[in-house]
Amino acid sequence: MESESNKIIDAFTHDDYKYGFVTEIETDFAPKGLNEDIIRFISAKKEEPTFLLEFRLKAYRYWLTMKEPKWANIHYPEINFQDIIFYAAPKKKKTISSLDEIDPELLSTFKKLGISLNEQKKLAGVAVDAVMDSVSVKTTFSDTLSKLGIIFCSFSEAVQHHPDLVKQYLGSVVPYTDNYFASLNSAVFTDGSFCYIPKGVRCPIELSTYFRINAANTGQFERTLIVADEGAYVSYMEGCTAPQRDENQLHAAVVEIVAMKDAEVKYATVQNWYPGNKEGVGGIYNFVTKRGICKGNNSKISWTQVETGSSITWKYPSCILLGDNSVGEFYSVAVANNYQQADTGTKMQHLGKNTKSTIISKGISAGHGNNSYRGLVRISKNAVNSRNYSQCDSLLLGDKCGAHTFPYIQVENKSSIVEHEATTSKISEDQLFYCQQRGIDTESAIGLIVNGYAKEVLNKLPMEFAVEAQKLLSISLEGSVG
Amino acid sequence: MKEMQTDINEIISHEGMIGLFEENRGHLFQHDTEYLSRLRNTAIAKFSELGFPTPKLEEWKNTDLKASLSKKYGYSLKPSPVKDPRKVFHCNIPHLDTALIAQLNGWYISKDVPLMELGNGIILGSLAEAFLKYPSIIEKYYGHFADVSSDGLTALNTAFAQDGIFIYVPDHVSSPKAIQIVNVIHHPENIFLQPRNLIILGKNSKLSLVHCDDSYNHQAGFANTVTEVFIGENAHLDHFKLQNLNNDSTLISSAWFNLEKEATLKSHYITFNGGLLRNNIRVLFNARGGNADIRGLYLMDRKQHVDNHVFVDHAQPECTSYEHFKGILDENASAVFNGHVLVRKNAQKTNSYQGNKNILLTDTAKVNSKPFLEIYADDVKCSHGSATGQLDPEAMFYLRQRGISEENARMLLLYAFANEVVNTIGIDPLRYRIEDMVKKRLQGELQICEQCVLHCNTPEQPVEFDIDLSKL
Repeated sequence: MESESNKIIDAFTHDDYKYGFVTEIETDFAPKGLNEDIIRFISAKKEEPTFLLEFRLKAYRYWLTMKEPKWANIHYPEINFQDIIFYAAPKKKKTISSLDEIDPELLSTFKKLGISLNEQKKLAGVAVDAVMDSVSVKTTFSDTLSKLGIIFCSFSEAVQHHPDLVKQYLGSVVPYTDNYFASLNSAVFTDGSFCYIPKGVRCPIELSTYFRINAANTGQFERTLIVADEGAYVSYMEGCTAPQRDENQLHAAVVEIVAMKDAEVKYATVQNWYPGNKEGVGGIYNFVTKRGICKGNNSKISWTQVETGSSITWKYPSCILLGDNSVGEFYSVAVANNYQQADTGTKMQHLGKNTKSTIISKGISAGHGNNSYRGLVRISKNAVNSRNYSQCDSLLLGDKCGAHTFPYIQVENKSSIVEHEATTSKISEDQLFYCQQRGIDTESAIGLIVNGYAKEVLNKLPMEFAVEAQKLLSISLEGSVG
Repeated sequence: MKEMQTDINEIISHEGMIGLFEENRGHLFQHDTEYLSRLRNTAIAKFSELGFPTPKLEEWKNTDLKASLSKKYGYSLKPSPVKDPRKVFHCNIPHLDTALIAQLNGWYISKDVPLMELGNGIILGSLAEAFLKYPSIIEKYYGHFADVSSDGLTALNTAFAQDGIFIYVPDHVSSPKAIQIVNVIHHPENIFLQPRNLIILGKNSKLSLVHCDDSYNHQAGFANTVTEVFIGENAHLDHFKLQNLNNDSTLISSAWFNLEKEATLKSHYITFNGGLLRNNIRVLFNARGGNADIRGLYLMDRKQHVDNHVFVDHAQPECTSYEHFKGILDENASAVFNGHVLVRKNAQKTNSYQGNKNILLTDTAKVNSKPFLEIYADDVKCSHGSATGQLDPEAMFYLRQRGISEENARMLLLYAFANEVVNTIGIDPLRYRIEDMVKKRLQGELQICEQCVLHCNTPEQPVEFDIDLSKL
């Protein structure tokens, strides 16, 4: 059995990256490197108002004074920021008004990715904002949504058409001084999605963005801003892929969510960036700052993530629970296979009264992968009667991988309750034996156990994503025995 | 040689300590073997590189020594004169027969001889004397476990180490009596002291060790203690650390436990009082099959601060570690728990648990808990749990419903919470005494005793509450 299971481990941990194709599309590049001129170039290219250019320059000047953070449990050679192309856009011919005008190459790229921008999606009821190499290609369903007063468009469009909203909320959750990669993003972000749900509106469909890094040597710096006004509701999905390349590519995104009184935002991510090959060459460096603020009372923000890709993941979707009775949730499955490294977790800042947060994190390590959960739960003095429950489990497949847990728990009042639990173990031989005894082969048994292990999180994903996420998990992990 | 400076009285600083070391080289090195001199030189070099820890270091994030270090302290390079040792140390725990050894301001106090050799081969006494008398034992064990390269305070202690307690239990010997170390801080002025202890248990040996840190008067003290413990193959150490210091004192207590094949360590850290307390507990499994069981209880109030740092290094397979720390925090007290379990690549079949539970009684009390797991082996079972909250209102209601006053109900629940740690103490008289102290502490009656805490005159009865338990 030992040798058979080893074979299975080999088969699955050596599974090739399925999304590694390059699309031949004419791309408009900025010169390599980073300086104030590049930022002015990006800003001019996007025909931005002055306040945004000033925001970018302020961020850039601040970024220059910062040092790259070294505290995370990840190791990588130093990033040369002068060797990166900070702006790459599919060459624009003219303004696109219908799907037929979109480059057919681009459309087939999205088809390969399994997202179609056409009628099929209408049936599925999903509005997609697809971002390829930093520029949003086409937003579907905008018209349907605009009838409800919902604004869902690319960030650049939002800058053009809703500068006041952008000005009001940009940097209000993640200020440009926040951290090294957030500052960098603030200076050079090229596009992303913008979403505004007006008062009392329940967004009838799931909104979705697809990110894809296509050109070589480029970084993707997208910026997403979601604002749910009083009593609004939105469920948002984000997916990511990148083609296979030998060099490492940088992805430093910022996502900001604002939930006003009684609003609810659900944010789901399936991240499947290219993880590098079996020897750990290439892959995406994913340094992402995601943060939501529950500004008003009774608001709710929920993060769900399935992290299977990237050679490095550095990501802590967080909630600031400012309003009374607000709720923060974090559900995560993170996989580190081959030479992948993941340092991910969340921060729950309890500031308002009766605030509640739940953290469920499931880490899976295989091959030479290293997976760390890093989380902070802080109950401030004024957050009376607050409640947190955290559970972070790690599953180890193979003896060369690592699983680490860094929970920080700070409690500053007497009426709150904070609970934290964690376990680390391999797949139990008893469970395997039980399945095998009943005629289920090793491979399927492991698939069953891993999926069962992650079920709690997968259940939180919107339908469209749950299927994809389960498939991804099976591809990267099924069939491993410690 | 320059005239020896016996006492300084100034703010303890990084440069100040290096200066003091350089000025007193002659005195510090006077009896050193080559091995010891080498250790001191490495250590002072490391200290000058690392300095005193600051909250910028991850390990010291929540404990700031700034206030403690900004006081003026005297530093004594000679033992304090003892007028009547019998008067200072006549501590006893009723019905607990211990061999008592005492330290005053970190220096070993000898009643008769500095180093006793008991009939069964156990050697007990002053480390300074052991440096001279047993250089080969010292060379084999001293300075091997306390790693100066990562910790400035351990480096500082190693550079200045002059005296402390030395215990040697030979192979196959079980100490019939518990050994009790009492370290009293008593000085007319504020004092900075650095006791250094070395405890060695040979193969198949057994020892119970009660280690008390007490302050005598209300002067501020800063103690930077380092204790190295070697537990040989299949040996067993039952270790108790009791801390009851005044609110102006600072205690950094670093203990480095090294466990050989199938060695077992059982340790209790009980903290009643103290200004700023930091316990660095480091356990290294140096061979397979070791077992470490470390429990802690801290009952803090006023502005007291306690920080328990437990690092367990599973360097070898088939070892088991268990940590459980519980605390009750009242008024403005703050507590830190930082557990770190490292399971190295080949440490398969490791079984490890970390637990931390806290009760906050006020909105001004604070807890920082960081149970940290770092795992590189796959066939392991590791878990941790941390919970912070208040007394269960349902349990309170249950008691109140049965006519128990709020104060008594609260006391009973707090006592039950604390007792989970205390009731695992295997030596009955000691457990009774600690149970009694917990009860007194919770009722606010336990003060910093005029003398050693273990000296108070309470009956050695199991604790009883003034409530009718039959009502329950």
